[in-house]
Amino acid sequence: MAKKPIQFQLNGSGQAIFAEEGSNLLDVLRRGVGDLSPKYGCGQGTCGTCTVLVNGEPRLSCLTLAETVEGQSVETTAGLAHGPQLHALQHAFMDNFAAQCGYCTPGMLMAAKALLDRNPSPSREEVVEAISGNICRCTGYEPIINAVLAAAQSGGRRYG
Amino acid sequence: MTLHRGRGFASINYPIGMNLGGDPSQALVHSNPDGKFMVALSSIDLGQGMKSVTRQIAAETLGIPVEDVYVDTADSDTGPHCMGSFASRGTHRVGNAVIAAAREARSVMMEAAAQELEVNPDDLVTDGKGNIHVKGAPSKSITTAAACGAAQFKQGRTVSGRGIFLVPLSDVDPDTGEMTPVTCFAHAAMVVDIDVDDETGEVTVIEMNSAYEVGRALNPRLVEQQLIGGAWMGMSHALWETTEPYYPDRIHGPVDFNEYLMPGPGDIAPHHISVLERPAPDGPFGGKGPGEMCANPVLPAVANAVFNAVGVRIDELPITPEKVLRGIAAIGGPQPQPKW
Repeated sequence: MAKKPIQFQLNGSGQAIFAEEGSNLLDVLRRGVGDLSPKYGCGQGTCGTCTVLVNGEPRLSCLTLAETVEGQSVETTAGLAHGPQLHALQHAFMDNFAAQCGYCTPGMLMAAKALLDRNPSPSREEVVEAISGNICRCTGYEPIINAVLAAAQSGGRRYG
Repeated sequence: MTLHRGRGFASINYPIGMNLGGDPSQALVHSNPDGKFMVALSSIDLGQGMKSVTRQIAAETLGIPVEDVYVDTADSDTGPHCMGSFASRGTHRVGNAVIAAAREARSVMMEAAAQELEVNPDDLVTDGKGNIHVKGAPSKSITTAAACGAAQFKQGRTVSGRGIFLVPLSDVDPDTGEMTPVTCFAHAAMVVDIDVDDETGEVTVIEMNSAYEVGRALNPRLVEQQLIGGAWMGMSHALWETTEPYYPDRIHGPVDFNEYLMPGPGDIAPHHISVLERPAPDGPFGGKGPGEMCANPVLPAVANAVFNAVGVRIDELPITPEKVLRGIAAIGGPQPQPKW
């Protein structure tokens, strides 16, 4: 199959890559660019662990055609920390014990970031709504909800 | 449509470990040239905290800072044997093996320190901050890193230790039928409040209140984390999850997350937990382990709450709306039981 050039911003830096037509964004990120932070879970858009942000909006990268992000801005968990300085959400996830096996965590973090970026002080219900497309098998969700609320309370500042 | 509030109670005894041909776990501990210690295990950490707890146990036994301990569970081919992370056995079995291995490694470290300080090893103590000194004379000291370094580069000793913890197979007494398959039990009690909708058959968990007795809570935040997550699994098992929801056969079963149901973040209920600590005599620092029993009391408590709410006794899981409605129809309408 013919390969198609795609250019996009990934966590603020330019990427240019040849991808097979029809390939999905998750594949291009993991195998093409080598960003392994978004995870492959169900491959059909029901588990949420592949969630990335496209122009700030949460997207299921396993269901997103790679060529649709041409010229767009993509964010993954690999871009959350700045050098050694973790994002407020990452600190809050650690402080609140919001990860056990960790497989859902990248998707949870990105779904939460999309929420906090547009709504810095969400209610509990809004947090629940924001992560309702993401499945977690270990935590029972409560610690994750608490972590997102704590990150919001910190005002999005990096702390710790 | 009426919502019927119900309350259910359940309590459990949960055995730690298992009794199938004996239940052993091994650990190996050694120091690296930089004075840090490595704990090699084949016991897998799948998020439950195996690495954190064994790291604490090793540091406490060695008498060094927890930061100086690494736990490697990478490979069951090259690591010492472990039966596995199941049966709520990890903390108890592996923790005890780590204590045995760390004790042996510590005694070599103390001998190496004694040789460097030219004193008797029995006179030495660790301060838990990376130093070994003469009892009552803190100025006569050597760092654990220097002691381990001297052992390896000057004295030619391996600062290492082997540990195994085995609960041997308990055979059934042919005359009496008696056996002792378990050395210690964890315990839990739970009260669950639910609403049952008598038109849709839906059961909504309103609140959970529980007490768990897990021996010493070696890492209280991890214990709490396990209990919260485990109770969610119990709730999910009680009301949602099944691989065979449809009849007549398996081919109609769920194959993805659209069909395999689990409660989402909007379905969870407040859960208030009390952790009771009654250290187990044979546990590592008294620890038993929360493990599987996190989920167990939720199932019977929910089933009892459904009976309390509408008088329907459901003995097959999960308690689906269909089963609730059929049950209500079979008794000619909801029959709420006495309230508490």
